[in-house]
Amino acid sequence: MLRQGLLAAGLFLAATALAVPALAGPPPAQRQTDLLYLLKQDCGSCHGLTMKGGLGPPLLPENLEGRDDETLTQIILDGLSGTPMPPWRPLLRPREAAWMVEQLREGLGP
Amino acid sequence: MKALMTPVQTPSMAPLNRFLLLVTVVLLAAVITRIAGAEQPAARGTGDLGVIIERTTGTIKIIETSNRTAIANIAGFGDLSHASVVFSRDQRYAFIFGRDGGLSKVDLLTGKLVNRVMQAGNSIGGAISQDGTLIAVSNYKPGGVRVFDSKTLEPVADIPAIAADGDRSKVVGLVDAPGQLFVFSLYDAGEIWIADFKDRDNPHITKFTGIGELPYDALVTGDGRYYIAGLFGEDGLAKLDLWHPEKGVARILDGYGRGEQKLPVYKMPHLEGWARAGDYIFLPAVGRHEVLVLDPRTWTEVGRVPVHGQPVFAVGRPDGRQVWVNFAHPLNDTVQVIDTDSLKIIHEFKPGKAVLHLEFTPRGEQVWISVRDANRVDIYDTRTFERLDSLDAKTPSGIFLTARAHRIGL
Repeated sequence: MLRQGLLAAGLFLAATALAVPALAGPPPAQRQTDLLYLLKQDCGSCHGLTMKGGLGPPLLPENLEGRDDETLTQIILDGLSGTPMPPWRPLLRPREAAWMVEQLREGLGP
Repeated sequence: MKALMTPVQTPSMAPLNRFLLLVTVVLLAAVITRIAGAEQPAARGTGDLGVIIERTTGTIKIIETSNRTAIANIAGFGDLSHASVVFSRDQRYAFIFGRDGGLSKVDLLTGKLVNRVMQAGNSIGGAISQDGTLIAVSNYKPGGVRVFDSKTLEPVADIPAIAADGDRSKVVGLVDAPGQLFVFSLYDAGEIWIADFKDRDNPHITKFTGIGELPYDALVTGDGRYYIAGLFGEDGLAKLDLWHPEKGVARILDGYGRGEQKLPVYKMPHLEGWARAGDYIFLPAVGRHEVLVLDPRTWTEVGRVPVHGQPVFAVGRPDGRQVWVNFAHPLNDTVQVIDTDSLKIIHEFKPGKAVLHLEFTPRGEQVWISVRDANRVDIYDTRTFERLDSLDAKTPSGIFLTARAHRIGL
């Protein structure tokens, strides 16, 4: 039952995602709050709460210099094979991942 | 000893000297009483105490499980986004290992941070030696293990994790083992090292190379005999028999994923909370919605329990009858309880978003569960599954009770 429910929810989300043009501006305010929380707490479980690194590499603004937005967005969405970096595409829309890259470039603060 | 044998010459002391001596003694006594008065905590034991990590604020709570209350809040621990705790053998002091390389010593009785050193740039965990005199910390940056005196936190040894290929590796899965050993794994290099500190000034290192790809965490069995490292890069685990290190590292559960593509892993499982229950050992599978069940006599798989999501911790109740499991993002609002007799899930509930850790009281009648996004630690009766209490805590993660002081590998 639960799994069916999740599947249904997933299909619904996917349908919604398709209905909204990808990369059409920043996510809504509430979603931004959630994404920032996700960045700190969940990305932070490997990259550090302050993005100074952990099992995963540091993601401070200076660490991202020389990598273009598209590459970084794609790493978030599709992961890096051969490493523990998972694909977040099942949980994030492309424009959300792109927005997260922007946040990382600006720095999440202390 | 010699000084004590020297005869004291008070009988011939001049009156003035005698007066000065008296004044000094009285003053000293006053000072000592004052100091003692300020530092002397109320008389109590520490066997029912513990620590809750508040990961975002870099603070901790000292808790006690008899009345289920927080008795102190302490700040100043830096980045606790990943943190773990070991306890001194007298169960008075907690040693806290933070993400930012901070090693902090807390007096549970006075509720004070009594010592803190920044020993590396980025670390993952630590261990206390069999005799309680040494604290070892495993570091990502610079990759290696640093060892400190548990009284003073003065450095004792620095072991850079320079692998056979010449590269420096992150260190994971650091545990203590009998014989004053620390055992750990090199994440990037796929090696297991044993550091023998019987002679603390001249530690002896034994290295095992090619143990498998990307060991991500490890455990040591409760008797201290087997060191098991989980592999992220391969379907299987690496086993080292510390009674017979000469036999080398063996692969167990080889191909447990049957070569199938694993699911995206949004949170690394932890092996520290592994469970030995009845005849079996229970381990979280990587990238699968399963808990693996092993027979530790043969180290072969005897079954798997399908569970709600990818398990992070699979922790055995101290009596071994139940294993409680929490899960990786985004299915981390749920806890399931496996009955180790039938290998069936007998209870499932949703404490709230982001259940990060579970800790049993020493004899297992309660379990404490941190619910990060609810800013709460919930306490459950493990027999009735009834919620007994909740404590407020700011984004709680790890919960560590002092009973760990007397367990090998914790």
